Amino acid sequence: MAADQTDHRLAILGGGVMGTGIATLAVGHGIPVVLVDVSEEVLHRTRANVALQLRHAALMGALPADRPSGELITSTSVQDAGDATAVIEAVTESPELKAKVLAEVSAAVQPGTAIISNTSGIPIDEMAAWVTRGDELIGTHFMNPPYLIKMVEVIRGSRTGDRVMAAVTGLLGSLGRRAIVVRDSPGFVTSRLLHPMINRAAQVVADGTATVEDVDALMEGCLGHPTGPLRTADLIGLDNLADSLQVLYERTGDESCRPCDLLVAKVREGSLGRKSGRGFYSYGKTPS
Amino acid sequence: MTLPQTPGRASAEADEIRGTVLQFLKEKTLATPATDQDLFASGVVSSMFAMEMVVFLEQSYRVTIVGGDLKIDNFRTVDAMTQLVLRLRDASDT
Repeated sequence: MAADQTDHRLAILGGGVMGTGIATLAVGHGIPVVLVDVSEEVLHRTRANVALQLRHAALMGALPADRPSGELITSTSVQDAGDATAVIEAVTESPELKAKVLAEVSAAVQPGTAIISNTSGIPIDEMAAWVTRGDELIGTHFMNPPYLIKMVEVIRGSRTGDRVMAAVTGLLGSLGRRAIVVRDSPGFVTSRLLHPMINRAAQVVADGTATVEDVDALMEGCLGHPTGPLRTADLIGLDNLADSLQVLYERTGDESCRPCDLLVAKVREGSLGRKSGRGFYSYGKTPS
Repeated sequence: MTLPQTPGRASAEADEIRGTVLQFLKEKTLATPATDQDLFASGVVSSMFAMEMVVFLEQSYRVTIVGGDLKIDNFRTVDAMTQLVLRLRDASDT
């Protein structure tokens, strides 16, 4: 029942970790992508990273073998998203930046085009005020790396229309992802649960209760967490994690969501996790 | 096991590759696995690190790992990686 992948033309806004990974997922499933970022330098790196990630996905047997890759076009102009069948906005987790980009792309696309904000926590109803037609906005929360993790949290805002809901379900089907649809709330389900837990894990390390390695080992060995909270934090990106915690804290008042000092200090010194080569752990030079 | 049994060039090459791969694993993961140990099942390496292994082998031995060779079974053990490199180098020699 999944629509033919050639029916889709995807525009992705933002060439960071998530934009890159979602582009890999789409291209690897035969769907053409226009990826837009403000920086030529970022786009240059994004193209190289998509090529590397396509190999990683093939290595892990995560791509369908029955279809050619979709074309990847990169651009510095949002206008090039104009004839997309769906847009995925994946810029930095800052409400101000998302507001600006969503308004721009909403004006550039045809009415009826699904506008998907990939966010780890900003309420969709809040963002619906930033687009021209609020019923065309829906949220997704892809996990990193999107081309290896098969499940996607989908957030239906109170204004999200049935047509957009169906379009996004079809798109995720073509991408081989399984969607779980939840209602709108700061942090939805996954971030509301995971982010305060990671924040506490960092606090436990700061308190000297246990090392980074031991915190992760306990969560893996005793509680069955697949990678441990702090290794997960490095994979998410500590800057994104701190931004998302701040979004959660401002909207819920939950003290456990206030980014802890250790996390803030790591972001300030540029230790952003796997993508910068160092976070709670050290990584080699090879970005992956 | 289909490691080269004959002494001489092939086994010396295999020993060198095994040693280099083990050294890389030790630097990156602080682990010294047995050469036939499943690195993924034993949690020594993650799926993210697997791609680093691919790039490392390509750069160290000037081979290109593509198509059907780009599969996780070829990277599951130090022995499997050694076999892959030997085979790809032989193919490019001829």
